[in-house]
Amino acid sequence: MAILDVNGLKVYFPIKGGVFNRTVGHIKAVDDVSFSIEQGKTYGLVGESGSGKSTTGRAIVGLENITAGKILFEGEDITSRKSKTKDMRKDIQMIFQDPYSSLNPRKRVLDIIAEPLQNYEKLTKSEEKQRVYELLELVGLNPESVWKFPHQFSGGQRQRIGVARAIALKPKLIIADEPVSALDVSVQAQVLNFMQDIQKELDLTYLFISHDLGVVEHMCDEIAIMYRGRYVEQGTRKDIFENPQHIYTKRLIAAIPDINPRNRDAQYAFRQEVKREYEDSFDDYFNAEGLAYKLQNISDTHRVALPERG
Amino acid sequence: MSRKLLEIENLTTSFKIGQAYYAAVDDVSLTVNRNEVLGIVGESGSGKSALAFSVMRLHNRAKIEGKIQLEDVDLVKATTSELNQFRGDKLSMIFQDPLTALNPLMEIGAQISETLILHRPKMSKQERYDRVIELLDLVGISRPEHVYQQYPHELSGGMRQRVIIAIAIANKPQLLIADEPTTALDVTIQAQILDLIRELRDEMDAGIILITHDLGVVAEMADRIAVMYAGQIVEIADVHTLFENPLHPYTKSLLNSVPTEGQDRLHVIQGIVPGLQHLPRTGCRFAARIPWIDESVHEENPVLHEVTPGHFVRCTCHSHFYFPEEGKEEITNGNT
Amino acid sequence: MWKFIVRRLLITFPQIVLLSILIFLMAQSMPGDALTGLLDPNIDQSTIQEQRERMGLNDPWHIKYADWVGGLVQGDLGQSFRFKMDVSELISQRMENTILLSIVTLIFTYLMAIPLGITSGRYNDTLLDQAITGYTYVGFATPLFIFGLIMLFIFGYQLGWFPTSGSVAPGMVPGTLDYWISKLKHVMLPALSMALIQTVSTVQYLRSEIVDTKQKDFIITARAKGASESRVYNRHIFRNSLLPIAAFFGWEITTLISGTVFIEQIFGYPGMGLLFLESINMRDYSVVTALVLLFGIAQILGALLSDIILSLVDPRIRIK
Repeated sequence: MAILDVNGLKVYFPIKGGVFNRTVGHIKAVDDVSFSIEQGKTYGLVGESGSGKSTTGRAIVGLENITAGKILFEGEDITSRKSKTKDMRKDIQMIFQDPYSSLNPRKRVLDIIAEPLQNYEKLTKSEEKQRVYELLELVGLNPESVWKFPHQFSGGQRQRIGVARAIALKPKLIIADEPVSALDVSVQAQVLNFMQDIQKELDLTYLFISHDLGVVEHMCDEIAIMYRGRYVEQGTRKDIFENPQHIYTKRLIAAIPDINPRNRDAQYAFRQEVKREYEDSFDDYFNAEGLAYKLQNISDTHRVALPERG
Repeated sequence: MSRKLLEIENLTTSFKIGQAYYAAVDDVSLTVNRNEVLGIVGESGSGKSALAFSVMRLHNRAKIEGKIQLEDVDLVKATTSELNQFRGDKLSMIFQDPLTALNPLMEIGAQISETLILHRPKMSKQERYDRVIELLDLVGISRPEHVYQQYPHELSGGMRQRVIIAIAIANKPQLLIADEPTTALDVTIQAQILDLIRELRDEMDAGIILITHDLGVVAEMADRIAVMYAGQIVEIADVHTLFENPLHPYTKSLLNSVPTEGQDRLHVIQGIVPGLQHLPRTGCRFAARIPWIDESVHEENPVLHEVTPGHFVRCTCHSHFYFPEEGKEEITNGNT
Repeated sequence: MWKFIVRRLLITFPQIVLLSILIFLMAQSMPGDALTGLLDPNIDQSTIQEQRERMGLNDPWHIKYADWVGGLVQGDLGQSFRFKMDVSELISQRMENTILLSIVTLIFTYLMAIPLGITSGRYNDTLLDQAITGYTYVGFATPLFIFGLIMLFIFGYQLGWFPTSGSVAPGMVPGTLDYWISKLKHVMLPALSMALIQTVSTVQYLRSEIVDTKQKDFIITARAKGASESRVYNRHIFRNSLLPIAAFFGWEITTLISGTVFIEQIFGYPGMGLLFLESINMRDYSVVTALVLLFGIAQILGALLSDIILSLVDPRIRIK
């Protein structure tokens, strides 16, 4: 059974205008997005800035107001604010992009990690400390770290503190919003390996949001590509990377720099070719407003936004 | 083919912290030829940006020693007014963050014109305007007459980076330094900007120093690559040699930590890049991060060795380096 | 931009209405009314009641408020109990003096703030900057009324460079050159005293703006273009730092008002501030109410002015 089911999710932001600051229109940040994630899997959400990938993640944890749609977590409706009980929030946690600004600089690591525990579990001071030590060990930080402040850590270590805070309540689903984008490659490797380790250990499910297709290919079982609030393509890792169907997906894949310098000219030529195809066939893949069409199944796992046939 | 454009010899750039000076760029020597892209790769704290700023002489309070020979002028010895004649003319720079690198209160046209006013004082107003429009067009901005009058906040990140490139190439520089030019941009925009830089190199016959942490970007762009770690160049080679036969443990580790197809587990470099004040000033600077390698294989004062023509690598430890066994690699706490 | 200004103006109107209601209610809650001071204590109660009824003093508050606002719109601020003259007439004499004092103070304030702030910001952390910052700290710490007294004592009484009270020498014919020279002479010392204290916040603000702007990335871009140090400062740093100072202007007016209350008292300068204190002491409520209203409106307009200036000079607001 799917642990998370998102059905027709819409998040619209009002555009204010005119002298009286009335709502004159909407930005459709997320426009009719549906997907589900299986327990223990990693689902990748890819797109460029403004694609709505982060808004989708934030809407699921309740950080954005949902305009329409339904979110089911373990079969239970968690869409409306009221039914979002504390238990539900505990089971879904978020890791943010910037390990520098998402941790309160004036709090010690102990308090940062203990904060969710204090909110949801009634523990004695010593139990709480014990839990924090366990969590630090799990994320590979020294026990003495509890007395330090965020600025005393490197980027990778800070991201681990963020992870420790996120897993403190033993969540079932973690929404990771660009968790490694601000990190150097070697630190990025550290965090990615570690995320895979704790996934096995705690049977976690990830919604992995990123703009970096290389990282997504490395981490994710299933991948969805978003463009201007809508899905353009969704499928398994194999579907997306070996058999991309939508021109936008092709373009994103072509844009990834190839690490083998021998392929340089071929890659350049390929990119130019895809660019030409993109320009030539834009109208075949996008509607009059430049938005993606509805998804069509092309195999059991693979869905692509194409105009309806006939 | 070696039409030497820039020659850096024993460049050391130090910053004062407390009472002492610490070298962020430590005894770096390298050359850049015309119509060549030299990639400089390293993580944050490696000194790659400090090196770029040293060549531009943009550091405010740094001690710079050594030689930066651009054609017949040593930039280290140049006076401020001599530097101002070079900067923006023969020597220019593209910056990392297009969102902050433009003056928010100045029209785009005026910001590009400024560099023409400074270096082409004889240009008439009309000539200058025409040149700015031409430049905007060259960097792929449609409706240049309209953009001329716009302010930075009205443009997207990719557009602003194009404006910054237009400023940098306005006077057809001989040496262009690009400091992480695409880090802040989306992938499709990144591809466009990189293609643009490549086209400009051919057109202007310029030398380009491309600074990045992204190995994919240098693999696509660079002719030669210098890998920096803790202020030093640890390896330098042409792009094919570097990717196919990397020697230095740091280069190998970096290449192994990038996610590539069919790779289950990424390599993790133990520990962290030491801060400027905590750098080991003697011995191999990378030794602390490969503790399983016997200490005796490091040189006492590691120097660059030319292993094959044009391929230099620092310290003898490279010939003894191996990766620890799979699974044995442990996450270090790396607390300072 | 026009939308922004129109919207800003539309907000201003309810602000003023709200202010007037608050002031009216406060005035109502004060003991006594317009009749208290006018009547002979020997008149019997029923006559007073009759009179009260006739004058509308027993009406509910909103009707009285409407009457009051109706009068205000026509320039009728009521009668002063003390001076037995129209408040509007009383205030208009004093207003001229206060406006003169304010303008001269503002000129002094900016004459000092801009060079000091620029010097301090450009050469930050040098001895010169430390001296200027030191002065600003002293300025922050010194109460205006004590500083005013010291200035009056030294330059007024000891050195005798400036007159010690009044706004113009007696016997001057209004409108003549001598009259205006005398006025300026009288306004000099209070304005200077106030400016010396008030300027410190602007100096500090300008300094931190410049220090801030200096570290912006676009300054590096300017240097990389080959711009000389003086061009970097004149074209990029000062221009960008002075704009926020424009927004500070409204705040300047606010402090100016509280400043004049003290300074006019100390220098015996017949302006609105002095009138305000006198009226409070003499329980001349109609004057107090009118002055509070005027001060309040001045502050609201000051804030409005700041926003409009900012919207004119900052393209990020201008273009929308």
